[in-house]
Amino acid sequence: MIAAGLADRLAAITGPDGLITDPVRLRTYECDGLTYHRATPAVVVLPETAEQVAAVVRACHRAGVPFVARGAGTGLSGGALPRADGVLVVTSRLRRVLSVEPENRRAVVEPGVTNLAITEAAAPYGLYYAPDPSSRQVCTIGGNVAENSGGAHCLKYGFTVNHVLAVELVTPEGEIVWLDTMDPGYDLLGAFIGSEGTLGIATKIIVRLTPEPEAVTTLLAAFPDVESGGRAVSAVIAAGIVPAAIEMMDALAIEAAEAAVRCGYPAGAGAVLIVELDGPAAQVVAEHERVVALCRESDAFELRVAEDPALRAAIWRGRRAAFAAVGRISPAYLVQDGVVPRTALPEVLAGIEALSARYGVRVANVFHAGDGNLHPLVLFDDGEPGAGARAEAVSAEILDLCLAHGGSITGEHGVGVDKARHMPKMFGAADLDTMQLLRCAFDPAGLANPGKIFPTPRLCGEVPGVRRAPHPLVASGEAELF
Amino acid sequence: MAAPASREGEFTVDGVPVRAGGPADAVAGVVPRWVALPGSTTEVAAVLRAAAARDLAVLPAGGRATLHWGPPPERCDLLLDTGRLDRVLEHAAGDLVARTQAGVPMAALAATLAGAGQELALDVPVPGATVGGTLAGGLAGPRRLRYGTARDLLIGVTVVLADGTVARSGGKVVKNVAGYDLGKLFTGSHGTLGVIAEATFRLHPLPAGRAFVTVTVPDPAALPGLAAVAASPAEPSAVELELPDLSGPATLAVLVEGVAAAERAEVLRRALGPRAAIGTRAPAWWGRPPDGGHLLELRVPPAAVRPALAAIGAAAGDLPVAVRGSACVAVLYLALPGDVPPAAAAAFVAAARAAVAPLGGRLPVVAAPPAAAAGLDMLGPVGAAALMRRVKDRFDPEGRMAPGRLLPAAGGTTGGPWTPS
Repeated sequence: MIAAGLADRLAAITGPDGLITDPVRLRTYECDGLTYHRATPAVVVLPETAEQVAAVVRACHRAGVPFVARGAGTGLSGGALPRADGVLVVTSRLRRVLSVEPENRRAVVEPGVTNLAITEAAAPYGLYYAPDPSSRQVCTIGGNVAENSGGAHCLKYGFTVNHVLAVELVTPEGEIVWLDTMDPGYDLLGAFIGSEGTLGIATKIIVRLTPEPEAVTTLLAAFPDVESGGRAVSAVIAAGIVPAAIEMMDALAIEAAEAAVRCGYPAGAGAVLIVELDGPAAQVVAEHERVVALCRESDAFELRVAEDPALRAAIWRGRRAAFAAVGRISPAYLVQDGVVPRTALPEVLAGIEALSARYGVRVANVFHAGDGNLHPLVLFDDGEPGAGARAEAVSAEILDLCLAHGGSITGEHGVGVDKARHMPKMFGAADLDTMQLLRCAFDPAGLANPGKIFPTPRLCGEVPGVRRAPHPLVASGEAELF
Repeated sequence: MAAPASREGEFTVDGVPVRAGGPADAVAGVVPRWVALPGSTTEVAAVLRAAAARDLAVLPAGGRATLHWGPPPERCDLLLDTGRLDRVLEHAAGDLVARTQAGVPMAALAATLAGAGQELALDVPVPGATVGGTLAGGLAGPRRLRYGTARDLLIGVTVVLADGTVARSGGKVVKNVAGYDLGKLFTGSHGTLGVIAEATFRLHPLPAGRAFVTVTVPDPAALPGLAAVAASPAEPSAVELELPDLSGPATLAVLVEGVAAAERAEVLRRALGPRAAIGTRAPAWWGRPPDGGHLLELRVPPAAVRPALAAIGAAAGDLPVAVRGSACVAVLYLALPGDVPPAAAAAFVAAARAAVAPLGGRLPVVAAPPAAAAGLDMLGPVGAAALMRRVKDRFDPEGRMAPGRLLPAAGGTTGGPWTPS
């Protein structure tokens, strides 16, 4: 609960229509895509302008009340998990595409605009927005900025941070400032993107638009097992080819996708690989022939090529549906998001198989094979006592495996509330303390999405005494300091 | 703590060689009192702890290729020379990743990576630059159109703060969103937040082929449309503009790299008109800033390149202004001769900034002769100036890292470049 006085002030900012206090309606917002962490926010606000967001944040700051920003709530690490003692700022009413500027290859949008809507707005000009998380139809660009979202095509095109040119930011103290790649000085924009709502709320975003490639081919290759698929991936990379995407699914993931969307992948495949090439037509033709040959050399037993959008969509259907599809073959599941150096994939996959056998827990594997980003889906029956805990244990040990091979605990889903406890395995205390110097600069009161990313908040205190002049001995040049 | 001097002016501090600074070490006219040469991240930390204990102002230096850019340091007691941090620590060719110490020259790194048919796709505008200097200076070159700049290629970093704290962020996998990205923050920080000790980069395969398409026209107004070149299905890696004088002949040079480079270059040659020609070698001026004692960087939205250059020409009056840079990214160097009187240079900078501001442009001064730099607002207006100062104060509360660079020294001048306009 928060003080009634604050709720009144918030209502004055957003209007009664923009404030939710009814307990039943508040429950709608109790979790994001990570459904096993839940908290009912004290209030929800639905601002319609950047100025309203700033006023809400100022009110929170004055009252010392924490606030959490939320877009579509599709995040998978609990980054938008509300605080029971705080305000949830929902950006769903900030959903205007403010301008599309083909001559500048950029668009200006509000944070509640969906990822796909940007591409739809740009399409008439032969342009698109490159980062494409699987949830792109519903996830918002504001959430993408907070999480530095990736997607299947980031192997070639990079992540959100590589495609955002500027952000209008409401700081945790309620000021409106622009972080802009064109500005000289520190790259605060680069540091802000991926900060998971802990450095403020983006209220306008200028994104870079990319010209649609001249040619695209999508290849579906079926392999007897994951090992031979992995060999094909290594061969493609070693040949100096950078595909737009290389995705792999193992037999269990294929089974799930088949049950859910009847994607019609080749029967009997132990693994399928989706390789998408795009770029100048002459280049794509040459590289495609090479990739086909390399897949055959790695024992691919069936190859399908899609050169038109409908066939391409058919190939991608199974992959895009993979997470949700697992619901067809298991009552419950955990989605993991670990990263390993690509060359360590075979060892790590063997390690996951061993974990699966040891715990008696099924694991379906879907991964961005080109960049070593694994999404193991750990299956369990939530009706069975202890099954959830076992699945959690497998999921956590998969991360340990990733770290043991020099990888990361998250490639694109973020740390959020889910993985804060794993951060000390990847970073030392000095690393985490230094990162939080940035937090202290933006949010000394620690009110912006507290409890996320960092297992232990750093107390910021006042800025230590800033000296006004050189040390007198140095100034006089007399000191023999060494 | 000091060991006895082994030779005149040379000694070690916590095992790290230190010598007295001399005229050859001067940075924009300021001679450091000492020069330290740490050979490891641990030694960098030892040097910085020793400097902290003695209240010394520290300036990190790599190949000193661009160290004279920017204003003279306000204080420079200790130059931290990264020359002994010269090892490429790891090249995981199968993962397209390399980890290197900061003092490795970019050219040496390129030679190592080329052995495996790979490269760091980051062009260095000044010969002799090291990895650390390239990152701290935020340097980039023509191929930023295709590959982005250092911020887009750096995936992990180890830094040392003013108090000797060693901190890492990122890692050695390309895809990684765990924690804040200190690499972004330190890229372009000019040594003001701490010392970059190690860096990890994502790599690219060396392109299979390359071709240049160039076209020279007598008047900038006759240049082909830049938007069409940028969006060309031939997917150029770089589009560079060269204008020795704002009113004189203009050359556009386009680089095509990779598979089928010759075919794709032919597509561009047809698009660039009858004067365009295909060659295999870069023009002599490719990827270097134009000569001149005053160097500025024009950044505008891509569609504003032509109007911005016209407006700058009007602001320049009789001053000779050379222009060179990445036309489609819309980041271009402007150069004025070093002997332009400081007052005239300052008046030009003010007038040109006022002219590009309505177009959404920025015009920071990158380098100026020391006498002129003192009177110039080097950066110009910055949107998040207050936040930037707060970041500086948290990372370097005593204001000992590169004081006078990028930010005015803590508590120093008021109304400096970081005051919001």
